[in-house]
Amino acid sequence: MDWITTVDHKKIAILYLWAGGLFFGIGGIEAILIRIQLIKPMNTFLDAQTFNELITMHGTTMIFLGVMPVIFALMNAVIPLQIGARDVAFPFLNSLGFWTFLFGGLLLNLSWVMGGAPDAGWTAYTPLSGKGYSPSHGVDFYTIGLQIAGLGTLIGGINFLATIITMRAPGMSFMRMPMFAWATFITSAIILFAFPAVTVGLVLLTFDRILDANFFNVDGGGNPVLWQHIFWIFGHPEVYILILPAFGIISEVIPTFSRKRLFGYSSMVFATILIAFLGFMVWAHHMFTTGLGPVANALFSVSTMLIAVPTGIKIFNWLFTMWGGQVRFTTPNLFAAGFIPTFTMGGVTGVMLASAPADFQFHDTYFVVAHFHYVIVGGLVLGLFAGLHYWWPKMFGRMLSESLGKWTFWTFIIGFHLTFFVQHFLGLMGMQRRVFTYLPNQQFDTLNLVSTVGAFLMGVGMIIFLVNVFLTSRRPADAPEDPWEDGRTLEWTIPSPPPEYNFKQTPLVRGLDAFWKEKMAGHKAMTPAEPIGPIHMPSATILPFLMSVGIFIAGLGFMFSRDEFSSSMMSFLFNNYIVTALGLLITFGSMLMRSLFDDHGWHIEPEELEGGEQR
Amino acid sequence: MTTAHAEAADGTLPHEPEKATLEGRNKVLAFWLFLGGEAVLFGTLFATFLALRNQTNEGPSAAELFHLPLVAAATFLLLVSSLTSVFAIQAMHRGNVAQLRNWLVVTVLLGLAFLILEIYEFSVYIRHEEFGMTTSAFSSAFYTLVGFHGAHVAFGILWISVLIGQLLYKGLTVVTAPKIYVSAMYWHFIDVVWVFIFTVVYLLGKVG
Repeated sequence: MDWITTVDHKKIAILYLWAGGLFFGIGGIEAILIRIQLIKPMNTFLDAQTFNELITMHGTTMIFLGVMPVIFALMNAVIPLQIGARDVAFPFLNSLGFWTFLFGGLLLNLSWVMGGAPDAGWTAYTPLSGKGYSPSHGVDFYTIGLQIAGLGTLIGGINFLATIITMRAPGMSFMRMPMFAWATFITSAIILFAFPAVTVGLVLLTFDRILDANFFNVDGGGNPVLWQHIFWIFGHPEVYILILPAFGIISEVIPTFSRKRLFGYSSMVFATILIAFLGFMVWAHHMFTTGLGPVANALFSVSTMLIAVPTGIKIFNWLFTMWGGQVRFTTPNLFAAGFIPTFTMGGVTGVMLASAPADFQFHDTYFVVAHFHYVIVGGLVLGLFAGLHYWWPKMFGRMLSESLGKWTFWTFIIGFHLTFFVQHFLGLMGMQRRVFTYLPNQQFDTLNLVSTVGAFLMGVGMIIFLVNVFLTSRRPADAPEDPWEDGRTLEWTIPSPPPEYNFKQTPLVRGLDAFWKEKMAGHKAMTPAEPIGPIHMPSATILPFLMSVGIFIAGLGFMFSRDEFSSSMMSFLFNNYIVTALGLLITFGSMLMRSLFDDHGWHIEPEELEGGEQR
Repeated sequence: MTTAHAEAADGTLPHEPEKATLEGRNKVLAFWLFLGGEAVLFGTLFATFLALRNQTNEGPSAAELFHLPLVAAATFLLLVSSLTSVFAIQAMHRGNVAQLRNWLVVTVLLGLAFLILEIYEFSVYIRHEEFGMTTSAFSSAFYTLVGFHGAHVAFGILWISVLIGQLLYKGLTVVTAPKIYVSAMYWHFIDVVWVFIFTVVYLLGKVG
């Protein structure tokens, strides 16, 4: 019950982590099943329909329900601590964002047991995702599930923007913020401007499928290419939403374990902003073969290649940070060091794909699959592993085992390169993505076998990580405030895990890497910026949970509003939108409650603070 | 840091009660951000409409359908309601609760009148022009864009009505002031969107 009503950002972070981990596991199982099907030519392990459902759900689950929550988990756990805040700007919204994401994800995954998962690919291109080619409810689960989960992401994004703008500690100017806080800030801005586009896209697709509208229906004058534009004008910024936090994590881990400040901090900030800006300018590079014409293709080719410049700046800055530093290869730093070459390889294939004429050859082959797995898995997932190992003591008060962590790293990264490196060549040889099998003797057989073996090795790496987490959870929580001993930023100045109020006294920030600066000046702790006084805390509340339950019910009701039911009772409830109305009533009723009854919160008095931690 | 119950030393409200507390300032800031996201939402809807506005699928076209006097009346109502919400906020800054309440009521009533006109307009199209959601890509885009705006108006009416109730029940405090202020921001935003709809949907439809 405590977990359902919590508004504490540190607990919400843990909720995000568990939920994200659950969906990540589901997405991983889907991936393994896909690889088993492709282990040999003409395999009959899965049929074509199941394979389509698996690739669709693997992509959708991993991106929207797997890695994004884990990103949000790290943001929630770390950002308020890094900027010296006692809480996020809107604790209530923070909780609401989590619960809407969770119920959206649950709705999407209910499709497996309610008549078939979405089967039109994670990009849901029309007309394939229309009623004609996808008559089951699968794509409805996709549109409505993602709509609800996307709402949660948008809420989280606005919350972090407001938090970083208004809640920074005294002296924490924007150019003194840690790089992860910058990455979060820019990522949240991208979320704010990208997600409403997909909101509209999903609404249009929902209306096409449920209300028989004609947006993408050529018979009624609609235009299928419109979906591609709307989807990718969100979808390309989305991949930067994924990778920029990973950049931020790497920019924290590498300086810490090199005992040097980040090389070229201001250029890093600028590069992050530039990548975010350019991310909105390149969406049509996903559509080179759609037929937009040579002028559009040329322009989007050039703008895409431009992104390599700020990205290259970041890569070299990390290398220069390590150059001459006292590098310690702890588990987080191993992941960070593995990230740099792996991500760079993904970036290079990205530049290859950005060339429109070449893309006509690469399009929809395994070359593309290899490219985006290199940047998303070899980039983001390695970054998340680095971040999780790095901040685990801060989140849970326990150090993860270093030896198991190194095992995780080596199995995972070797498995990863085995899986995806060979897929570049499969793609160049013409193996198509999204096809459930292939013919023998086309030189695909051996490489696919290697790829599948690699996928299992990655699975082993994940299992070792889970074992590590399990064993660690049984140890006493005894991590010191600064477990890595070289912490540079504010989160290492308070106990692990932090007390509910984070900072007994808001710290005074005197420069970049505030804690390191104090250490170099010979201080043991931060200088406080205020006297000890009562601390105002927000009250826990069940309302976010109820709102999300309401939206969940409304979504299900709307989805089945045109169905034929065997019992007249069910028909009456669903076909008259009664279930939808009930769900919306719960949601709006909760909103009304929130509006009418002011939450004045409560205070922690100074004498309670001296006791240190209260868990 | 001020708490949510902070008031000036003599028990009166500060000049700008919506920005008196950190919570209030956060609310206003986050609402600006939210409106940025809403702008992208409506921008995408507008782009969809512009792409599909000539795809009439042998159904009614914009030029045949729209009746400008009705739309002009609706536009007038909504623009005036924006003005009255400005008067409401000015009254709030003067600390005049009675005037604030009255102007908010006027704003809600004007919004309601606009909404009734829009419902009437839609019902005419559906019943007499055989122009429904499924008629053509143009009709789908029209109903989705204008309907989204209408839903925003309806939500705004409910929201401001609840706030009027709170104002009567709790009075004007540093807690209720930010709520009223952001609802007024929302109302202006709806108004701006309508100006674009009037131009892009109705005027372009008549002459384009």
